[in-house]
Amino acid sequence: MSGLSVGMFLFLVSVGMSLIFGVTRIVNLAHGSFYMVGAYLMVTLVEVLPDRPWAFWVALLLAPLGVAMLGGVIEIGLLRLIYRRDPLMQLILTFGLILVIGTLVLLAWGPDNKSVPRPAALAGSVRVFGQPFPSYYVLVLGLAPLVALALWLVFYRTRWGMLIRAATVDREMLGALGVNVAALYTQVFVFGSALAGLGGALAAPTVAVALGMDGDVLTTAFVVVVIGGLGSFAGSFISALLVGLLQSFGILVFPAVSIVLLFAIMAVVLIVRPWGLLGRPEQ
Amino acid sequence: MALLELSHVETYYGDSHILFDLSLTVEAGEVVCLLGRNGAGKTTTVRTIIGLTPPHTGRVILRGRDVAGFAPFRVVRLGIGFVPEDRRIFPNLTVHENLEVARRTWGNGRAGPWTEDRVFELFPILRERARQLGGTLSGGEQQMLTIARTLMGNPEVLLLDEPSEGLAPLVVETLRQQLGRLKASGLTMVLAEQNVRFVSELGDRVYIVEKGMVRYQDSMATFLADPEVRRAYLAV
Repeated sequence: MSGLSVGMFLFLVSVGMSLIFGVTRIVNLAHGSFYMVGAYLMVTLVEVLPDRPWAFWVALLLAPLGVAMLGGVIEIGLLRLIYRRDPLMQLILTFGLILVIGTLVLLAWGPDNKSVPRPAALAGSVRVFGQPFPSYYVLVLGLAPLVALALWLVFYRTRWGMLIRAATVDREMLGALGVNVAALYTQVFVFGSALAGLGGALAAPTVAVALGMDGDVLTTAFVVVVIGGLGSFAGSFISALLVGLLQSFGILVFPAVSIVLLFAIMAVVLIVRPWGLLGRPEQ
Repeated sequence: MALLELSHVETYYGDSHILFDLSLTVEAGEVVCLLGRNGAGKTTTVRTIIGLTPPHTGRVILRGRDVAGFAPFRVVRLGIGFVPEDRRIFPNLTVHENLEVARRTWGNGRAGPWTEDRVFELFPILRERARQLGGTLSGGEQQMLTIARTLMGNPEVLLLDEPSEGLAPLVVETLRQQLGRLKASGLTMVLAEQNVRFVSELGDRVYIVEKGMVRYQDSMATFLADPEVRRAYLAV
């Protein structure tokens, strides 16, 4: 069950990463940093907001908004300059962002680990199949299908979703039909950042909020996206749950090789279906 | 004043010089044909107008305003519609969604005559295919979808790059009639073609492009009456 919860956080991070790649063709290495900033913002917001039952939920809303703003500033201020450049330049820039954001977080929050208390209503545990199970994870698991459904509705039932799906195939043509693709890039980047921020904010009460959580989640989210297929929404969902479960069970059953196992599976997927489980081959 | 004018345009693809001092005018309501062999510069001319390959020097004047160097989406919003040679429908979107992404959302609500219903009247087959993915359509249906999609932006000038290319003769004939109805509705068109028979009834005036230069220009009637011109510039 906790594996599924981890899968949920991973899904939020990787679907945003996959979305950003699908539309802008930027592999955003700083995506894990957005997740970390989301968690740290949660720490501060829960501290700052008055000690009321609603505070946690307001923080859960505000933290992703803060990360979305950060994403917007980065897209408009930096990424716009390099869309037409060598992909290597883009990797170097987003890698540089990891270091910059990491340092800024260190300056702002200090080197000590932080924790976020779970909301009082969800601090206890429930029994599932006779096993105690933290109530907070029930929330996360309940939220997962809702978020997935909401995303599906956005992608497949709104005009904005149509524009995104069209942009993953042919950006130049979309522009030649009167769509302001540069603005769409910004919107997608902001939206993807907000998803990573939400992942971090939701995960904050279940982990130690620490420097270094950016790298951990980035590596795993990357594996998720590659297994699921870059740019595939359903692929990210299935593959995130898979990887989340694998990590939890892997650590229980064969702790020594669980990380290796992850990459072994990715390697197998890449050999059999280089475009991922549900991705599309590049034409 | 011409609705659209190219004035002394020089266009490059990277380092290669494609268009040389190319000028042409398009009056409101007329169908102007760009004829020429493969590689003559017809596609580059169309891409220069829409802004996908902006000219190095020279002007692209739309209703008196120089739009050279504008991003394609701005040129489109100023009233030029572009139907690309290779169709480029979105294969992962349904027919309805292909039309919807191209719908005019700009300008202060002065939507033109074209709605999804209107384009379905012109291309009835698309109504039947509305829920189907674009990638599952036949070549002819894709060509119709490409034109229908561009019409959704309610352009004043429609640029068509080799619309008859690669289509079966029967489909070409249907398409010719559909473009005839567009012309009758008063839409201004620039038609880049190799197929003289396809444009002979549609076109009002002809420009022949060769090696990136305009080599001949006259009315369609004069052009058709002079087989020498056709032999000199178009015969394979």
